[in-house]
Amino acid sequence: MTDSNTAVTGNPVIDVEKIRKDFPILSQTVRGKPLIYLDNGATTHKPLRVIERVSKFDSEEYGTVRRGAYKLCEHSTQLYEDARKKIADFLGAEKPGEIVFTSGTTQAINLVAHSFGKRFINKDDEIIISNIEHHANTVPWQILCEERGAKLKVIPVNDDGELVMEEYEKLLSNKTRMVAVNHVSNALGTVNPVKEITQKAHAAGAKVLIDGAQSTPHMKLDVRDIDCDFYTFSGHKMYAPSGIGGVYGKMDLWEEMPPYVTGGDMIMQVTLEKTTYAKPPARFEAGTPPITQVIGLGEAIDYLNEIGMDNIAAYENSLLEYGTALLNDIEGVRIIGNAREKASLISFHVDAAHPHDVVTMLDQDGISCRGGHHCAQPTMIRYGVPATTRASMAFYNKTEELDALAESIKKCIRLFSE
Amino acid sequence: MSYDNELYQQVILDHNRKPRNFHEMKDASHSCHGVNPLCGDDITIYLDVDENEGVIKDVSFQGSGCAISKASTSLMTTFLKGKKIDLARKTKDEFHKMILGELDPEKEEHGLGKLTLFMGIREYPSRTKCASLAWHTLIGALDKKQEGISTE
Repeated sequence: MTDSNTAVTGNPVIDVEKIRKDFPILSQTVRGKPLIYLDNGATTHKPLRVIERVSKFDSEEYGTVRRGAYKLCEHSTQLYEDARKKIADFLGAEKPGEIVFTSGTTQAINLVAHSFGKRFINKDDEIIISNIEHHANTVPWQILCEERGAKLKVIPVNDDGELVMEEYEKLLSNKTRMVAVNHVSNALGTVNPVKEITQKAHAAGAKVLIDGAQSTPHMKLDVRDIDCDFYTFSGHKMYAPSGIGGVYGKMDLWEEMPPYVTGGDMIMQVTLEKTTYAKPPARFEAGTPPITQVIGLGEAIDYLNEIGMDNIAAYENSLLEYGTALLNDIEGVRIIGNAREKASLISFHVDAAHPHDVVTMLDQDGISCRGGHHCAQPTMIRYGVPATTRASMAFYNKTEELDALAESIKKCIRLFSE
Repeated sequence: MSYDNELYQQVILDHNRKPRNFHEMKDASHSCHGVNPLCGDDITIYLDVDENEGVIKDVSFQGSGCAISKASTSLMTTFLKGKKIDLARKTKDEFHKMILGELDPEKEEHGLGKLTLFMGIREYPSRTKCASLAWHTLIGALDKKQEGISTE
């Protein structure tokens, strides 16, 4: 292990070679080259213990949850609720019941937009998002505004990719009902000042949803300290299986909100004339949930806790600094998004080649990067590019991989500039 | 420095840098706008067709996109000039089969000529739409599709 692969504290808190052995997929080759996986912002890989836990659960323990009075069901239900407690603790929630499981952040935001919207958004009300949101935190609010005759306002960003807080304050008024912003931008890596955003929104009487899809894998969280009203997450971006995620919400809000998806499990009582709803979180979890995936999520959280989110954040920050310096040194490469606070994600533009050609060239060297608009077209428009190439790092990445990335980009530039 | 790349061969890179027939055609008899919504490739194809003879007398294009889409469109325009419409349609089918890996130009008969340069695309399924956009848009122009072409 080199010095640069230890966290900035100088202590080898992350032994990256040891960590890499936990992830079976990382040892493969792609197009004859060792896999260098730098698309963690899209999805992350799973440690062996998550894979094995899921396999053991399906082989030996699987049963439905919440509806049977027999051993397998009781055991599954216990594990399912244990996992809810794990994610609640991970996010800093007060009670496990404040966590509603969904398929991921997209469904989580749709749930809140629909359900909160139905209860609290009326004509001429205002909802605030930012110019650097994922489409998942843009489209549901646009549709809600159209349906309810409300207005959507947008916090602008400066050239470095930071929200312009003075402009945000001007947008807030007694008409504002909801402020929905991400904690970390998936397109630029910007870490937004969510605590300050929340304080200001609350002072104006508005509620706050934080899209945590990109923050939950990278930093220690405390939703009670942030004081936001909703906080979303996606399991597959935090080393858990795909198809599971959820949203933290304050219990008093959950209790006032009507169901989104309806059917089995979300009811108190059904007659042919009328249905009364179950209490949260069951009210928002109609149908048989992705049980196995929830168990996998719980195991992934145990794994992250054992490594320590502060260690992960420190190590990934050292990767960010290393990679940023490398890419800044390449002539013809421009980093898009230079916020003072960033997660380990670098979005960049290569003058000589289109992002899709860049990623194909990188792929030829075994490097997986994303090229595209990152489901954030308004962000691309703001920075005047059709798309960017994005390298998003995890704590299983190492500086040698970033060296390889830089070399591959240089090769691409040479080929396309000949 | 020069080296061979399985996909980005020199001819493709050259057509990307210096696209041929890259201009608007004011008196075009046919034209069509084509887009790849997922990656943003955006082209317009212009044709001057002699309907009586069934011949494409002239062809040009404008637009923006990745190297594959630009080079594919540029090479297509050089291929089509003076060709019969029937042959253009047949070539589109052959080209499409080749990039999907359903036609092996090294083993099977075809009339693709230089267009076999794009054979390497079959190893990159996510890029086939970049190469095929030009040809889909050509057919859209010949069929006078007013609404344009989208690969999604």
